[in-house]
Amino acid sequence: MVAKRKTPVKSRNPNLIRGIGKYSRSKMYHKRGLWAIKAKHGGVFPRHDPQPKPPAAAEKPPKFYPADDVKKPLLNKRKPKPTKLRASITHGTVLILLAGRFMGKRVVFLKQLPSGLLLVTGPFKINGVPLRRVNQSYVIATSTKVDISGVNVEKFDDKYFSKEVEKKKKKGEGEFFEAEKEDKKKLPEDKKEDQKAVDTSLIKSLEGVPDLKAYLAARFSLKSGMKPHELVF
Amino acid sequence: MPFKRYVEIGRVALVNYGKDYGKLVVIVDVVDQNRALVDAPDMVRSQMNFKRLTLADIKIDINRVPKKKTLIDAMEKADVKNKWENSSWGRKLIVQKRRTSLNDFDRFKLMLAKIKFWVVFNVLKIGIMLGILFPIPMKAGMVRQELAKLKKETAA
Repeated sequence: MVAKRKTPVKSRNPNLIRGIGKYSRSKMYHKRGLWAIKAKHGGVFPRHDPQPKPPAAAEKPPKFYPADDVKKPLLNKRKPKPTKLRASITHGTVLILLAGRFMGKRVVFLKQLPSGLLLVTGPFKINGVPLRRVNQSYVIATSTKVDISGVNVEKFDDKYFSKEVEKKKKKGEGEFFEAEKEDKKKLPEDKKEDQKAVDTSLIKSLEGVPDLKAYLAARFSLKSGMKPHELVF
Repeated sequence: MPFKRYVEIGRVALVNYGKDYGKLVVIVDVVDQNRALVDAPDMVRSQMNFKRLTLADIKIDINRVPKKKTLIDAMEKADVKNKWENSSWGRKLIVQKRRTSLNDFDRFKLMLAKIKFWVVFNVLKIGIMLGILFPIPMKAGMVRQELAKLKKETAA
């Protein structure tokens, strides 16, 4: 095989219309310098003999032939991309959560995770929202932005938020009747440390803007007379 | 109840419908019973149905169909912009526009300012009712101060 080029091949024959190039075959021959390559190799275009392949292993006949023809599933080469982020959501945007436990809370957007979900934090000290993933569809983006340049969110990704796998215990008859008291799941200390690390630098930049901390601590609600389609967020 | 604002050349009107909604225009000529030729410094002179116009209290001194430059000079001389912005109608429109363009954060700050104002106001009111504070002159001054602060907040 020929060695891979460092730069991808760019066509020297621009398209006039799809399927029709600007230059003819003879012009392209000259443009590509095939005459020079030929001259270098004494009037003959260089050929590489096929490299010797290892002999193919003898294939055993299959043990089982299905009675009817089995259809092979079509090849799927799709690579899912993270959802397109709305233009109104940028680093440090204040978002309003619309659903879930923290409905109505105003929260700071940190980054979009590879799964497409948004990584978001209260900050925890201000409104009780921890580092959390949130779907873009359940969020209103306000035009208020917070400076998050001092915050390091490199280490957070979807695996950080995955549930811990519990080992299944085999239930014996005696245990079946006993109500197994599970210990209340405690948050591991390192997650608390991560929260603190993110929040301290964030809160410092929040204090620069007057009333912003109180704003994030309050919940959003629709009052009488507010028309969502006429509100500017 | 006679009419006070007439359609005449030089009458300033507000467009209340259509592409130029909200603009202040000057009636520059009358086409027929229903339409007027209308002009403003930032638009091409065009005809408009009277139903699209609401007459204002302002009138400027121009001849029939003046040149654009003459119109602009006449509007400057009559100080239409300032008269409009200081009139109660004009001020209302400005406040409305400001209110609709408020951000969620702005609305929150406004709420805080209102609460602060009313707390102070009510404390003063009760103080006066109980005769604790000095009577009228002091109160009016304080109230006006707070009103000015609130206006600044809504204007900001």
